Parts: sequence; C-alpha cells; structure tokens
Amino acid sequence: MSKIIVQGKAQGTVLKTSNPINFLGAVDKQTGVIRDKKYDIFEKSIKDSILVFPHGVGSSVGAFTIYSLKSHHSAPVAMICQKADLTVASGCALANIPMIVVSTEEFDSIQNGKEITLDTKSEKIFN
Amino acid sequence: MELTSEEKAALNGEQGETLQTAYRILVATGEATNADRLVPIEWAHLSGVNYNTIGDAGEEFLREISKDARVKVKTTVNPMGFDFDHISEFKHIDDEFVQKQASIRDSYIKMGVDPTFSCTPYDIFDLPEKNTQVSFAESNAAIFANSLGDLKTNKESAFSALASAITGKSPYSDLRKDEITTPMTIRMKMDNPSELDFGMLGFFAGKVGDTSVNISGVSKPNRRSCKALCGGMGTSGTCAKFQFVDSDENTSEKVDFGKEEMNEIFDELNTTDKGDLITLGSPQLGLEEISDLSKMLKGRSFKKRCMVFCSRAVQNQARNLDYTNEIERAGGEILSDCCTCLTPLIDTNETDSVTTNSIKGAYYLKNSTGVGVNLKPLAKIIEDETQ
Repeated sequence: MSKIIVQGKAQGTVLKTSNPINFLGAVDKQTGVIRDKKYDIFEKSIKDSILVFPHGVGSSVGAFTIYSLKSHHSAPVAMICQKADLTVASGCALANIPMIVVSTEEFDSIQNGKEITLDTKSEKIFN
Repeated sequence: MELTSEEKAALNGEQGETLQTAYRILVATGEATNADRLVPIEWAHLSGVNYNTIGDAGEEFLREISKDARVKVKTTVNPMGFDFDHISEFKHIDDEFVQKQASIRDSYIKMGVDPTFSCTPYDIFDLPEKNTQVSFAESNAAIFANSLGDLKTNKESAFSALASAITGKSPYSDLRKDEITTPMTIRMKMDNPSELDFGMLGFFAGKVGDTSVNISGVSKPNRRSCKALCGGMGTSGTCAKFQFVDSDENTSEKVDFGKEEMNEIFDELNTTDKGDLITLGSPQLGLEEISDLSKMLKGRSFKKRCMVFCSRAVQNQARNLDYTNEIERAGGEILSDCCTCLTPLIDTNETDSVTTNSIKGAYYLKNSTGVGVNLKPLAKIIEDETQ
C-alpha cells in the first residue's frame, strides 16, 4: 500500500477498469452505472464494489458525484488508484469512502471480480 | 502532512463539524498531492453550483453546510444552470429545477460568496500580484490562473476549493511551488491556428500531459484562443499548467500535434455537419470577445437561434458600452449566470444538434446534454450561420 488518502476498512468485489474515470461525465450520480461507451466497464455499476482505476479526470464537480453516489447508497465501498487526484480524494474524504494509492505492480496484480478486504490500519489488501 | 496545533484541533472536531469536514478534505487532498503542510490562500473559486450537475444530494449538502459555514477569503462561484432573468422564456424547465437552483444559489450567498456565477473570474476581476496563492476549482480558470495569470493554484475539486474558502488554506502541493518540473513539450505543427484549433490543442495536451506541459512551435495567441486552450485542456485531463517555449531542448518527452492528431480529436467531438442552434461562450465570453462579436455581426443577422453566454458583470459592462445592441439586433440572446456546459436551457426534445466553436462545450454537449455537435471556428459560424 503506497499511500493512504482516506482511512477505513472495506470488503467487496473488485471492479477494475483501465480507463481514468470522469465522475461527472461518465457515472450516473444516482445509480452508479457507467454510461460512457468508451469505458471498458460501460453499463456496469460501481455500487458496493472496490473500484480499481488509474485516476480521476475531468470536471472538478465530479467530487459532488461521489458524494451523491454515497447519499443514494450507490457508491463503491472503497477506491484504489494508481495516482491520486483532487476530485476523487476530496469526494472520498467527504463521503467517507476509504481510498488508497498503490504502486503499478500492486495495481496490475489486483484481479477484476475478486473478493478482497482492504484495511488502511494494517496497511494491507487481503485476498 | 505536518499540521499546526490549531489545525490539528480543527481536524479533531474541536471547532465544530463543518471545519472538521473541511480539514478532513484538506488532509486527503494534501496526501493526494504530496503536500507537507497547509498554506494561506487569498481567493477561492468554487464549482458545483449548477443543479444539473450536483443534483439533490448536492443541494441538500449545501443547504446543510450553509447553516454555519462562512467563507474566510474572497470567494467567487461558477455558473448556475440558467439565467433567472430569462427563465420564463424556457418553458421546458420545470418548477422543481428552478426551486432547487434557487436553493443552491441562496446557500452559497448565505456562506458569503460573491455571486459572480461565472467560469471566467479572471475576466471579471483584476488578478492579484504575481505568485499569489489561490484555490480555483473551475478547471479552465485554474489553468488560466497558473499559465497566464502568474498565480498559483491546484486544479482544485469542488470540495477542496470549498474547504479552502472556509479555512483560508490549501495544501502546499507541487503546483504551488516556485519550480515546477515539466517533462513534456507538445510541438505544434500547424500554421495559423484558429481558436478551435487551440481548443483541440488543449484537449490533446490534457490527454497526454501530466501536471504541466510546454508548447512549442507557436507563439502566445490572443485571449480568445488562450481561453479555448484552457477550456480544452481542463476538460480532458489532469494537466493544470502550460507555457509557451521557443525550444523543446530541455524536456525528455516530445509529442507532435499536427493535422492527424487534430483530425482525431475533431472526429471524436464533431458528430454532425449542421446545428439546430448555436451556442457561443464556454468558457463564458469576456468583454473583448463580446466587443469583437458585435463588430463581426455588423449588418448581419443569425439565421437560427444563437445563445451568447457571458458573466453578469461582463454583460453589464457590455451594455454600458453599447456592445450588446448589435448582438441582440442580429438575433443573439445574451444569457448570464450560466454557460453552454450542462445548461438545461437546451431543450433536448426540440434540439438534436448544436453548433459551437468551443471544445469544452462540445465535450459536455455530446456526453452530458446528449445532442449532436457541429464544431466550427467563430469566423466560420458567422460566415455560414448569418446573412
């Protein structure tokens, strides 16, 4: 675990994408469904997942989208990124969604669809 | 990150829940940007004002936090969804939208912001002195501040800028330091680029660049093209700064931006060869652009509906200087406090496609409003769409 951005513990199924996510443009703020065809997780829901993606891009209002997802019980239970950006970091901080940044090797080793547990206190990702 | 004892106390909730939330955001964004401490900022610019983008959860959050949150520094805000002065002309916008938008507006005003409702604060106010630390969330404004205004800001998020406004502080991230490493130069391989070409250059730079990029092969263009560059760059990536350079010698990565790269972006964003209506202003037009537009429209009239977006402050100045007469005579509708991006003013039941010269506008029209986009430089719009 290279860096803890927002502390916490979570358990869930990995939903992994190779696309940087534009939360404002690409995610439905009520359901958590990806609505941009260009994403490899198009039409999948990020709800209750451990969302693994390179980093956030695009509008600064994406932070509100993350907060909105949490309010509608459609948010991921945790987020794991390769690079931290302010939109995702601040959205997760306000919505209390654990968020960490990992190295490229760790990022590559996380498998889509796998059930994992993340605990920032022990600084570990358990398979 | 090292916090002072006062900051630690606030983070532990000793100054109330609102400041605790604000400091939690600042610590997370500080960790995210490798900052070792917080520094004072003098001006915050907030995004997250349009009900269309922040929704019910955002409206409720702002209503709640505005009960006790007050801004500590000069704070300006982004556009809303529509212009309250003209809302009766847009029958398709329902009462609920109007009420929720009014609530959001009132929450921000209650927190003490300057009700600018503009994505171009740099067109409204004189900029503070060189190297002043600010916190701008609107991406085009952050890039403008860093690249053309000699100010220092992160490409803030809606919440990190709000946290800065309430605390008067922001993480001392790399972008706030005097020396920023710029490993990449984009080599412009095009003669006489239009503002649309600069928008595409920005969109390209946002995709390939990281924090900061150099641009070679072209000298600094006029303000309209600079704004287009900032708008395009902010839309596509995380890049927060650019500088024009004479040579690419000092950078390890070099990327060309020529006809081929440009066509690829054009094809991504231009989906049709004709629009049902025209929008100008994304970012909102400044006084100089309004003046230019009025000159270009002399003796001509739009063949179809044209929405012209500028801030309230610029509209008032333009009225005093009589720039607006020619635009309105030509059929242009001047709208303030809102912008092309994510405005519900465009009725998707009646509008299939929009003509614009803005890359930022095109991206959001296509992906968020869900209409076809016809992209052209302003000169071509005037040539084709007026008589």
